[in-house]
Amino acid sequence: MTEPAGTMLAVSRLQHRFGSGPDAPTAIGDVSFEVRAGELVCIVGPSGCGKSTLLRTVAGLLSPTGGEVVLHGERVTGVSEDLAVVFQDYSRSLYPWLSVAGNVEFPLRTRLGKAERRARVAEALGMVGLGGQGGKRPWQLSGGMQQRVSIARALAYRPALMLMDEPFASLDAQTRADLEDLLLRVRAEHRTTILLVTHDIDESVYLSDRVLVLSKSPATVLKTLDVDLPVERDQVVTRGSAEFVRLRTEVAKLVHS
Amino acid sequence: MLRRVVRGVIGFAGFLLVWELFSRSGVVREEFLPPPTTVFARLAVLLTEPPFVADVVATVLAWLIAVVIASAIAVPLGLLLGSVPSVAAASRALVEFLRPIPSVALIPLVIVLLGVGPETKITLAVYASLWPLLFNTIYAMSEIDPVQVDTARAFGLSRSRILWTVQLPHAAPFVMTGVRISASIALILVISTELLAGGSGGLGQVIFDAGAGGGRMDIVLSATLVAGVIGFLGNAALEKVQRRWLGWDDQIDAGR
Ligand SMILES: Nc1ncnc2c1ncn2[C@@H]1O[C@H](COP(=O)(O)OP(=O)(O)OP(=O)(O)O)[C@@H](O)[C@H]1O
Ligand SMILES: [Mg+2]
Repeated sequence: MTEPAGTMLAVSRLQHRFGSGPDAPTAIGDVSFEVRAGELVCIVGPSGCGKSTLLRTVAGLLSPTGGEVVLHGERVTGVSEDLAVVFQDYSRSLYPWLSVAGNVEFPLRTRLGKAERRARVAEALGMVGLGGQGGKRPWQLSGGMQQRVSIARALAYRPALMLMDEPFASLDAQTRADLEDLLLRVRAEHRTTILLVTHDIDESVYLSDRVLVLSKSPATVLKTLDVDLPVERDQVVTRGSAEFVRLRTEVAKLVHS
Repeated sequence: MLRRVVRGVIGFAGFLLVWELFSRSGVVREEFLPPPTTVFARLAVLLTEPPFVADVVATVLAWLIAVVIASAIAVPLGLLLGSVPSVAAASRALVEFLRPIPSVALIPLVIVLLGVGPETKITLAVYASLWPLLFNTIYAMSEIDPVQVDTARAFGLSRSRILWTVQLPHAAPFVMTGVRISASIALILVISTELLAGGSGGLGQVIFDAGAGGGRMDIVLSATLVAGVIGFLGNAALEKVQRRWLGWDDQIDAGR
């Protein structure tokens, strides 16, 4: 492979159609981009343009009908090691027969000893503000709490690459802001590479090193914007800065074009 | 819970009362439909008689063996067939075709083939109770939410681990319901075969022998009652297991 050092993920000329035949819907038209190790890239685009499909191909859950995904310098053919996904259908991705703690622990079972698993689970649940809720079953929690459980599961796993599909969609403004900052801290601490899909234009600018704006279905990359905001972000200061406002306006124009 | 029990008892007592009054009213001859007081008195006597107890044991044993064998065949087979989507669709069609054949109709055939020993009733009970269990297991496996499987796949779990930690727990409540349906069918087949085969002992034969020639209806009804109680207790035990281990399934439904 010839990618420059530090490239975590390279998506080139990716295309995906569901089914076969001339009428088969094309979910992804032609998408190419790269993500460097440790980078946080947000994807924004209109509803139904193929964002979830894109994440699923990157995760190796779906093999694309065209193009390729290269992760850690290797072409993705199945699910890669060291990767966690926060699904858009968070409630369906939690197992009802396991407790909240059991769900967070689930991917760690084959990897860590019992004591270490316990510690990770407690830490992750604490981070998302669900300390002490570990004994409950997922269905006893509100939608927003369930979403935080699935985020905690990904955090506890400490993957090199985290794929998040609208992870904060059903949270109230305050929790959302808290978790955005949490994500930035976790990423700084563990050098996690994050690819995050969001509908919220402000959120995409606030979190990102780069924002990828996708077109209407079938998706192509309309534009990639570098976000040159200071690394340390602050909900009030950053969002009030002139650069932030300029960027969010540009993204908004692209999304609504 | 207590209210349910109380209601059940009231319903049952009402049924016995109507039966008692009807039997004693003279509309039918008392020998043909003895009142519950007579039946219970006869039952109390029968339960002290070793031959009757041996017949009860024979029926219960054949039933338990049949349920265990049926489960041992149908559950693994269902898991296997259900985990391959195209096979699941094909086997569903086959199961749908075989299911409506009344197993009772096969009793003479199996008697001819296997004789009248306990293996005959066990074979028939296994055959009959296999289908609902197989069907439920295949259904459970093929109806799993793909997001649940994808989640496990994304975290790098192997296929066999996904089977054990995701597909199996997901299927468990459906399988358990299948076992309950199968158990009730197996009991019917065991007793029907005893009735028709003769010579193999069991409650069915007690009913046949006592009923032949219109004779001892008190014994017939006593044995029938015991059969009912066996079925009831079996179902209650399985229900308890289901609630204890698979209670999450009920609770989600209640929360929906
Ligand atoms: N399994 C599937 N079979 C057929 N078509 C599908 C399938 N999954 C998605 N699609 C179609 O592909 C397109 C892209 O879907 P996708 O879920 O990736 O969009 P999205 O950008 O994530 O949308 P949203 O913002 O609403 O989550 C849609 O038109 C959708 O109908
Ligand atoms: Mg989506």
